[in-house]
Amino acid sequence: MSGATAVLILVGIVALAAFLIVLGVGLSRRAQRGEPTVARPEVSAPPVPEAPSAPAVPPAARPRLRDRLAKTRAVFSAPLQALTGRDRVDDETWDEVEEALLRADVGVATTGQLLEALRGAAADLRASEPAEVVEMLKAQLVAQLDGATDRSLTLVDGQTNVWMFVGVNGVGKTTAIAKLAQRERGEGHSVMLAAADTVTPLGELLGGGGAERVGAPVVRSQEGADPGSVVFDAMSAAQARGADLVLVDTAGRLHTKVNLMEELKKLRRIVERTPGALQEMLLVIDATTGQNGLAQARQFADAVDVTGVVLTKLDGTARGGIVLAIEAELGIPVKVVGVGESADDLVPFDPVEFVDALFA
Amino acid sequence: MFDTLSDRFDGIFQRLRSRGRLGDREVDEVAREIRIALLEADVNVSVVKSFIARVKERAQGAEVTTSLSPAQQVIKIVHEELVTTLGGSTGKLAMSSKPPTVVMLAGLQGSGKTTAAAKLARHLQANGSRVLLVGADLQRPAAVEQLRVLGDRIGVPVFSEGRDPVKVTKGALKQADRLGSTVVVVDTAGRLQVDAALMDELRRVGKVAQPDDTLLVVDAMTGQEAVHVAEAFDEAVGLDGVVLTKIDGDARGGAALSVKEVIGKPILFAGTGEKIEDFEPFHPDRMASRILGMGDVLTLIEKAEEAFDKEEAQEAEAKLRKGEMTLEDFLDQMRQVRKMGPLQNLVGMLPGVPKELRQTEVDEGELAKVEAIICSMTPQERRRPALINGSRRLRIARGSGTTAQDVNSLLKQFKTVQQLMRQMSKGKMPKGLPQLPV
Repeated sequence: MSGATAVLILVGIVALAAFLIVLGVGLSRRAQRGEPTVARPEVSAPPVPEAPSAPAVPPAARPRLRDRLAKTRAVFSAPLQALTGRDRVDDETWDEVEEALLRADVGVATTGQLLEALRGAAADLRASEPAEVVEMLKAQLVAQLDGATDRSLTLVDGQTNVWMFVGVNGVGKTTAIAKLAQRERGEGHSVMLAAADTVTPLGELLGGGGAERVGAPVVRSQEGADPGSVVFDAMSAAQARGADLVLVDTAGRLHTKVNLMEELKKLRRIVERTPGALQEMLLVIDATTGQNGLAQARQFADAVDVTGVVLTKLDGTARGGIVLAIEAELGIPVKVVGVGESADDLVPFDPVEFVDALFA
Repeated sequence: MFDTLSDRFDGIFQRLRSRGRLGDREVDEVAREIRIALLEADVNVSVVKSFIARVKERAQGAEVTTSLSPAQQVIKIVHEELVTTLGGSTGKLAMSSKPPTVVMLAGLQGSGKTTAAAKLARHLQANGSRVLLVGADLQRPAAVEQLRVLGDRIGVPVFSEGRDPVKVTKGALKQADRLGSTVVVVDTAGRLQVDAALMDELRRVGKVAQPDDTLLVVDAMTGQEAVHVAEAFDEAVGLDGVVLTKIDGDARGGAALSVKEVIGKPILFAGTGEKIEDFEPFHPDRMASRILGMGDVLTLIEKAEEAFDKEEAQEAEAKLRKGEMTLEDFLDQMRQVRKMGPLQNLVGMLPGVPKELRQTEVDEGELAKVEAIICSMTPQERRRPALINGSRRLRIARGSGTTAQDVNSLLKQFKTVQQLMRQMSKGKMPKGLPQLPV
């Protein structure tokens, strides 16, 4: 928006406010206010890495999505289960399928596209039972998801790899990082954490005792300090120690805040000063998010080029259907799914299990 | 929030206005369009169904004899139904006749409870209460620390001693007695409504706390699940109201519409930004107006009242009218307006602002530039911009870190605005802006 328009609007507001106050449009008295605002303390001592002390989580059999979701899915009776018992494919069938998709947060646009394709396929194959239609839908979705690119998290041998985590407030970035750190340590990689989230008090990655639990050194700084300096120091420390993997935590931010998104771009540039280091830019998305998830993905991808999605909190009742739109429209694959708060509650994304759970 | 929904309704109503009478078929069509708009706004499927049914029933049964056109009637019905769905009249926190009033916050992980607790505490304190914050979230590392830091900033004591949330709550009530607190705000750990053990813990905390208000904290970007979460929490501990957080984002906001409808409890507050002051009481009627593009003039006035001194406002108005406003005055006024909160939010409250203007993000950086330029001027230059020649312009540009062109364009724009102001004061509004209720 141009400065001219800004000035105009500003004065417009001023004029409106002045006129209306003076006209005294019957309102309450003005309250005295003297609120302090959030202070930004200065960057003080340089970040201090901590020594690891806890043993790593052994690479035991990884949990599967199906096992984790079983209990939440069973609680809810599905319109689709009732549907599949019926014997005719009619308007009600399509209505119920549409509703099931909408309730899974798949969204109006994507649902519309899916239904159109489905109706065509059902007609072609002369599907006569709702159960068939449901199976076709699932197959369609799985095919769509299977076609996606590599769902593994890239870790190149013999160099320092950086995985950076971004997303809006409250989605579970820090928890996801802790889980991944433990998992990767279990696989035998040397891991470091960069607590570039300097907004939450103390900037501590995991709070008291947490760092030891994860067993990885943490590079951090003071609350309110410049996150760029934390990233910079983490990169230096990682190179010096020959660490395999650096996980960078960033502060949650609404994708609509231009200045915060600019800050994120800056953090990315700092990592890129070491060519080839940045292997994953992971967008963490909360499974309970509605259509806004797509807007988030668009803006973050635009700003810092996202390579994959970490879908969290799938152990709740939300289905996370928004990732279908994210994959379809932006081509960003879901790489990892969070299904709980402890270390092993992190499972690889499996299209078949995910689709099953969508309608369970 | 609600921007997309507003735009959809804009379109729907524009098309509606071009029609004459509204038969059943036309009502059906409009209903279909509204259904899509609401679903795209993340309103729960079941809530949309009942909303549409109500609107259809009223629209089809509406009498033809009123003075409103059919289109206006439909808009009126939709507005009324939106207000009802959003919660009717503005709700209030129940205060206990015997202090302290206990407010307990609950919700999913990441919904913003801790921040909301601090914001609520500050809000209540500003309105005269003596608040005690209770850190009963022992689950998330650093949650209590975060509360302590925030409490420190706003001068509200924080209590969090005890090995489990129930003990902490017990101790807090005793502390409240000792401190003479009139309100106790309890932050609890985020939990899934399907986690039986944690829901049970919440019940136990509730039993000890005996809250006068149990508020569910809901993230504005929550999708279809909002209703299931709300229902479950309501069943478990009984909710009295809802706090909607992060509404300053571009989330569709459907959760707001769904939750009230499903649990029958009002949305009491909304978190509108990152700062601790960005917290306001939720007004269903104003929100309904904003969704329908009718602006939110009442909130705008309230904010203006808080930011502006009445005398200063009168002086400003007089100067504006006579076209005497100088850059100096403008600087003062600009600073006051900035106190009203993010400019983006304010623009959203202006009625009739064209869609393009509403959607482009206001670059507060531009305003900072304007401020810097004016500050680099001498008082005489501010009073008489005609003084500013080439060398002065360069000096101002250098001093403010801008270019001579920037300075030039600001001066030009200001001149234009002064002329506009003179026009407006004569009662003639320039094209594109709504008529002032003078």
